[in-house]
Amino acid sequence: MVEIKNISKSFDGNLVLDKISMKFTPGKTNLIIGQSGSGKTVLLKSLLGLVKIDSGEMFFNDKKYNEINDNENRTLRREMGMVFQGSALFDSMSVLENVMFPMKMLTDYSNSKIKSSAEEVIDRVNLINSNNKFPSELSGGMQKRVAIARAIVMKPKYLFCDEPNSGLDPKTAIVIDNLIREITVENNITTIINSHDMNSVMEIGDSILFLKNGKKAWEGDKNEILKCDSEDVADFVYSSRLMKKIKKN
Amino acid sequence: MLVLNITNLFYYYCLNIKKNKSLNLLQHIGKYILMLRLVFIKPTKSKVMKKLIFKDINDLIIGSLGIVAFLSFFVGGVVSIQTALNIESPLIPKNLVGFATRQSIILEFAPTFMCIILAGKVGSYIASGIGTMRVTEQIDALEVMGINSVNYLIFPKIIAMLLLPIVIVISMFLGIFGGYAATIYAGFSSSSDFIEGIQMDFKTFHVVYAFIKTLIFAFILATIPSYHGYYMKGGALEVGKAATISFVWTSVVIIVLNYIITQLLLG
Repeated sequence: MVEIKNISKSFDGNLVLDKISMKFTPGKTNLIIGQSGSGKTVLLKSLLGLVKIDSGEMFFNDKKYNEINDNENRTLRREMGMVFQGSALFDSMSVLENVMFPMKMLTDYSNSKIKSSAEEVIDRVNLINSNNKFPSELSGGMQKRVAIARAIVMKPKYLFCDEPNSGLDPKTAIVIDNLIREITVENNITTIINSHDMNSVMEIGDSILFLKNGKKAWEGDKNEILKCDSEDVADFVYSSRLMKKIKKN
Repeated sequence: MLVLNITNLFYYYCLNIKKNKSLNLLQHIGKYILMLRLVFIKPTKSKVMKKLIFKDINDLIIGSLGIVAFLSFFVGGVVSIQTALNIESPLIPKNLVGFATRQSIILEFAPTFMCIILAGKVGSYIASGIGTMRVTEQIDALEVMGINSVNYLIFPKIIAMLLLPIVIVISMFLGIFGGYAATIYAGFSSSSDFIEGIQMDFKTFHVVYAFIKTLIFAFILATIPSYHGYYMKGGALEVGKAATISFVWTSVVIIVLNYIITQLLLG
């Protein structure tokens, strides 16, 4: 489980995160949603330790992140997987090498074991005949699959995804969303996903945190969000014509 | 009095830092030193590092041999022709052409100007390579995995660049050979005069001085472009800007250090 308490962060005097608290539960897909500039990415990067928070507390399985030593931090980072918005695959490495990379760097396993583990994960994300291809030869959807494979190859306890389906067509986006959800349930991972896509929210929103201007505006799940009284949430949810039509019916 | 003036200047400089939001020179130097500290802590696994070092030797050193050979040969030729054309007095011995070519090539052209040329080739390659990794979040990916990205990216480049003296030796040889070929071909001096000039008043320390300079410049060539690439912000346009700025600063630092080293070792 991941818990945050009163997290705040500002850049050059501009408050980007304002006392945000939330519990992210394992085995569920936890979504952080909100408009662009609402603070989603900063919150995710804070959880990953890429951005230092000004105040507040973060707990990973009851261990306070702010107080852990270097060794514990290293262990914790090995329990984290991240799928970046642009996939962040290493250009000079093939698909197989990209997926093998975390194991090569962080474990002492033999080459054959690393290769078989990587191939297993590549199969799990349904990538066929792509092991020797380079990221530039792959479609956006395939790149996302490789990024997911690389994120889960170390069997993480925590999986973070920053807009995993951005730039993908609606059908592929749903396939990627469902793949993340399946992996989350199979491995009982605490998955935290940044998104502003309502399709994702309705597909995999087991738990939802809605941010507005750096503040927590609402918390619930995909069933509750359609009935939510909050004006801010309604503005976001029913911003498209399609959702407005659904609301009318 | 001088110390007091310098202290006052430093004080006013520090006051201005607070007013100026963008990073100024002192802050850049501080950040650069902190980056160097990170290069040598929390090292990457030796098996992985070995591969990275060999890759960087191939990209940075072997990949530069062609341009170094080409430039050295022709610049050596031009140096000898210019020297020969400027010797008018019959009292000046003909072996001076070989002597002047050797001194120019060994003392300045090969170690200093070749490094400035490499700041353009190798430096922009390093800055744009690391900068692109920053823009495409590959560096963030390394950090999330718990890898010391500074050590992973910059340490192998420093080690690879330590082989730069080999490139400079090739540059020295080809520069002098270019001078020899040009002199003989144009008939400015005889082969024996030129060779006599090359051997005349030879001081081994001049070669040692050139190697000391080269090693220091190699470190600068690996780290300043890495700094500009690693800490760049923005998109593709900024990657290009980072490469340009890294070239300018690498050249400036090499020129200033060249003056200081020359004063210390030969002055």
